[in-house]
Amino acid sequence: MDKRITLAHGNGGRRMHELVEYFRGKFSNNMLNELADAAEISVKKGKIAFSTDSYVVKPLFFPGGDIGKLAVCGTVNDVSMKGARPLYLSLAFIIEEGFEFSLLEKIAQSIRNTALACSVKIVTGDIKVVEKGAADKIYINTAGIGVIEKNISVGTRARIGDYIIINGGIAEHGMAILNAREKLSFKSGIKSDCAHLNFIVQKCMKASRSISVMRDLTRGGLATALSEIAQASNLGIEICESDIPIKPRVKNFCNVLGFDPLYVANEGKFICFVAKKDIPRLKRAMSIESAVIGNVTKRHKRKVYLKTRVGSSRILPVLEEDQLPRIC
Amino acid sequence: MKESNIALMEVCGTHTMAIARSGIKKLLPEFIRLISGPGCPVCVTSQSDIDKAVNLAGRKDVIMATFGDMMRVPGTFSSLANMKRNGADVQVVYSCLDALKIACSNPQKKIVFMGVGFETTSPTVAQTILEAKKRKIKNFFLLSNFKLIFPALRAICSMPDIKVDGFICPGHVSVITGADPYEKFAKTFKKACVITGFDDVDILKGIKRLVLMIKDGKYGVEIEYKRAVSKKGNPKAREILSSVFEETDSFWRGIGNIKGSGLHLRKEFESFDAEKEFNVKVPKPVFKKGCICGDVLCGKKTPEECALFGKACTPQNPIGPCMVSSEGSCAAYYKYGE
Repeated sequence: MDKRITLAHGNGGRRMHELVEYFRGKFSNNMLNELADAAEISVKKGKIAFSTDSYVVKPLFFPGGDIGKLAVCGTVNDVSMKGARPLYLSLAFIIEEGFEFSLLEKIAQSIRNTALACSVKIVTGDIKVVEKGAADKIYINTAGIGVIEKNISVGTRARIGDYIIINGGIAEHGMAILNAREKLSFKSGIKSDCAHLNFIVQKCMKASRSISVMRDLTRGGLATALSEIAQASNLGIEICESDIPIKPRVKNFCNVLGFDPLYVANEGKFICFVAKKDIPRLKRAMSIESAVIGNVTKRHKRKVYLKTRVGSSRILPVLEEDQLPRIC
Repeated sequence: MKESNIALMEVCGTHTMAIARSGIKKLLPEFIRLISGPGCPVCVTSQSDIDKAVNLAGRKDVIMATFGDMMRVPGTFSSLANMKRNGADVQVVYSCLDALKIACSNPQKKIVFMGVGFETTSPTVAQTILEAKKRKIKNFFLLSNFKLIFPALRAICSMPDIKVDGFICPGHVSVITGADPYEKFAKTFKKACVITGFDDVDILKGIKRLVLMIKDGKYGVEIEYKRAVSKKGNPKAREILSSVFEETDSFWRGIGNIKGSGLHLRKEFESFDAEKEFNVKVPKPVFKKGCICGDVLCGKKTPEECALFGKACTPQNPIGPCMVSSEGSCAAYYKYGE
């Protein structure tokens, strides 16, 4: 195989055929191996969950993950948040001419490993190569299909009296990426939390039938997810600052740069809205690091309030602009 | 002193944000009023200094390096973020040393560092200039808009229509300056000063000490942030600072010209001075009508008293610097207001 990806790898000719064969070998399964225009999938009667996401992360490799792992976990997690069991993924690359083949191999290996770990199959895909400068190295799109078991209904609306549980410390992905991308040269030791959540979600679905909303906390962080849910539910949400888990090193790094961790991205954290009686069971299913961070109320409709550490409270607004490192 | 009129000014923008974030104002009894001061470096940088940076960023041979929070500050015609969107090479750095690294790896370009900040920031920049001189780096320049906090405090206390009983003094600036310089200031103007840190509890303890001092009629300076601040500060950092920079008059957005309140490079370092290298001339700035950031910066008015606040002026579409800076008073009021 050539050392770098060229436009010929996307032109339908011999080189493209070689590249397609390479991927087919990497992700081999009955459905993919047919190399048809579309994969044929048999599904049981009932509902499916279907989601898509594009991945443009910079840098491509970062502490705790890479674009390949992210592209699988991200879509698997989105599908899982409907209470579904993800089964199949599509995988599409947009590659900038000149991209090193050795890096593509690393990314493909990471996709393979992660898909295996999630028990999902890559059943269809696409490769496009664009001219130098028309894309930044490599972009990946994945779409995922999962089945929703009978009697499962996880929606977008919370109920009054629901409690909110999170599965662990916040802001790790965003701060790890920032440190790697901006070459801030802090030896922060912070790793992205990038992880697939499908098996944990399955455990949660077994542990409780009272989950009203599940949401993975990606861009915009915990605060943005809560604001969206408060608005969709037409209810208020109150959370308690001192109950929100965050690793000390992540908190300190945020402090140094003037970032509010509540708005920083995560890639392996999710929240469940659940009736009080199921809290202990759900916490056990989620993680040893899980914590109850707040509840849903009739008060201050469509808004999120934060009880601060010193006993005051304030609104948790929607993020207006990207956070930028500050002066002092 | 009657309990109805204790006005405390938090000088530093980081304090303003921490107070808003922790909801401290809601916890205080009504007789204590907190007002925000001029200590957000982004907010007080004058419009024509922003215009100069924008002008330089537009040059083909220049890479502009800046702290992140200067990116969105609007000048008369544009901002650095806008210039970057339109193809200018503007890079966000966390430290001036990073800008020097950019200079070393781009020898064909001229790198201009937008120097903004108070005594916390300027010593590291001074150190970078010494390093650049030692390494004979010829393509690194500084646009110096550094400011000193004490001249501004004195200016505010000299304004007839401002009533401040005590100052919540900036913890990080004081790490460098030490508590001693506040002593003279406090005596001259008969003010209570407490230097405190940026945690919610630090601030509450600072406020308590100030209220007790004011009630007892005491003025002077107390340190509530002993884990970082001493009486003498960091003499080494000050020595480096004064070996590279000297005081000059400086224009503060909203306040005006304050004598001896800025820093420019000493003669022996003037080959690093971006103003001299590029001889930038910008037209007299046109101020946005209705913006009262000036009054907000010296604590004369609160953001809510501005007719533009939350309407024409929002964080997505900031008109004045107090809205654009993440630590500006208007941004804090907008973000955490109800």
